Amino acid sequence: MRLKLDTHAALSVTGWLAAGLLFFPIAWMLLTSVKTEIEAVATTPSLIFTPTLENYVAVQERADYLKFALNSVVVSFGSTLLALALAVPAAYGMAFFPTKRTRGTLLWMLSTKMMPPVGALVPVTLVFRDLGLIDTLAGLVVVYALINLPIVVWMLYTFFREIPREILEAGRMDGATPLDELRFLLLPLALPGMASTGLLAVILTWNEAFWSLNLTAAHAGPLTAFIASFSAPEGLFWAKLSAASTMAVAPILVFGWLSQRQLVRGLTFGAVK
Amino acid sequence: MANLTLKAVHKTYGNHSVIKGVDLEIKDREFVVFVGPSGCGKSTLLRMIAGLEEITSGDLILDGQRVNDVAPAGRGLAMVFQSYALYPHMTVAENMAFSLKLARVPQEERDAKVKAAAGVLQLDHLLDRKPGQLSGGQRQRVAIGRAIVRQPKVFLFDEPLSNLDAALRVQMRIELARLHEQLDATMVYVTHDQVEAMTLASKIVVLRGGVVEQVGSPLELYHHPRNLFVAGFIGSPTMNTIPVTGRGVGEDGVTVGVGQGAVTVPVRGSDALTGQALTGQALTLGVRPEHLTLDDAGPVRGEVSVVERLGGQTFLYVQTAEAGLLVVEADGETAVDLHETVGLSLRADACHLFNADGLALDRLNRHALLDRKAGRGSRAR
Repeated sequence: MRLKLDTHAALSVTGWLAAGLLFFPIAWMLLTSVKTEIEAVATTPSLIFTPTLENYVAVQERADYLKFALNSVVVSFGSTLLALALAVPAAYGMAFFPTKRTRGTLLWMLSTKMMPPVGALVPVTLVFRDLGLIDTLAGLVVVYALINLPIVVWMLYTFFREIPREILEAGRMDGATPLDELRFLLLPLALPGMASTGLLAVILTWNEAFWSLNLTAAHAGPLTAFIASFSAPEGLFWAKLSAASTMAVAPILVFGWLSQRQLVRGLTFGAVK
Repeated sequence: MANLTLKAVHKTYGNHSVIKGVDLEIKDREFVVFVGPSGCGKSTLLRMIAGLEEITSGDLILDGQRVNDVAPAGRGLAMVFQSYALYPHMTVAENMAFSLKLARVPQEERDAKVKAAAGVLQLDHLLDRKPGQLSGGQRQRVAIGRAIVRQPKVFLFDEPLSNLDAALRVQMRIELARLHEQLDATMVYVTHDQVEAMTLASKIVVLRGGVVEQVGSPLELYHHPRNLFVAGFIGSPTMNTIPVTGRGVGEDGVTVGVGQGAVTVPVRGSDALTGQALTGQALTLGVRPEHLTLDDAGPVRGEVSVVERLGGQTFLYVQTAEAGLLVVEADGETAVDLHETVGLSLRADACHLFNADGLALDRLNRHALLDRKAGRGSRAR
């Protein structure tokens, strides 16, 4: 009993340590964003200072935050919807009508995530140039949908597999056609799963920087491009960079916080149940 | 009206044969139970009747029509699944009305039918709940309600009680028996529980390895098992089997030596084993625990190795030199202690004899209960 209590305490401490470690950069960024540039670069960082919002004002003066934010929203949600539209039929097929190659197909899809993205940079850039997609929202939506597709298919596949076959068989005994099955049984049952998959895809897209930096300029740049523009040639302005970063991650942080339950459920599905 | 006929039905997965030719007649209003050990193909056979599993070869005939290629819903059967398979996102009422909704039955008629079924199953107060808010027994009743609403030709049950706890299982078993009488329906029921089979069935089908071992009423299987497998499967605790040697055939049966004595079992020697040939033959004597009695003058002696006292009954496990471990059903009042040496006598007329192939030798007389008119038909009516 004593041992159990000690283990519990040790686990709690470890958990808090890990959480603190993960949260530290964000907390530091928040602190830095309300310091002056001079305080920000001080080699003995001060924890007691007069907070200022001047960095936020400066950032907003130099770049149109709302425009970048709107781009981020359009790209995140657009690419997620596109990925879901492609992944639902794919996952449905693989979950309910598996063949001997289904497993292999799934693994192959996942293996594409193991390739360094930069390997595809040149071909993608060339294709985008020829199609006139560089620095367009449509181009980003397509790229992100394709990048997230393997993960979305995998997650949906798992969710569909979790639906007991007997429920579908009961539907068939009750006279449901395949279309009825999809409409009345599968989609309603998979809705929580689709929601958490969508949430994850939105967050992944929101935070992605490699492709947005390489494929956009002034017009279609999302918030990741907005942050990057503050680590600019004139040198680093830590306080302003922190302010810009805070503004960029704030919406998705709040979004993630609100949808926490859904997200955790989605990510641990199958493992915990 | 619903008559179901299976003719030489086979099922194979690739090279693996699961159902190896089943012929069966299921008559209107019968309660037919498929029993057998796990993997015997009983669930597969039920799913083939339902249409959820393709029939590799043979015919499935429902009311004179071959329905092998008819979709599940088109066969007019309803199935109750082991896991209940309720639609978790629908209320109880929606679950029960789903088939009617798909068949475009008008709302009012749907409601009336759901209400009627809910009344039969005492589900009235639960109609607005979701399956997740129900107990196991209630879910089971909803699953049955979903079947009743469709007014199917045949009800199919796939081990419907195996997820319930023991007390509830007994209660639901009684409810099912009552329901069968009330609905006057044809039912096909799969279970591995021989008590369910004995109590519910008007006809039991014993399956092993995809082959029908025997078909008959519960008492017929109990009193006239065709072979050692059926003899061992029906009855609890299991029938004792004792290797014996034939001593001769007479008017009143076959005499075999057991322990220090001999018993004459009222069976005929089969053709190959008549008369002289039977003497000296290795046979198997089957005697149920309830047909063994403590008797110091009995032919078999042994040491009591386990005593199971159930209150009203006591099961004694007696280790004997000649016959191995024997299970004896004794009275609850029996004063026997562990490691005591006891004598056992056998009720000769209730014993069974099996030949070297495990087939039962025919009995001279049918059991008296089997030929009572009322006895057989009381449940099927």
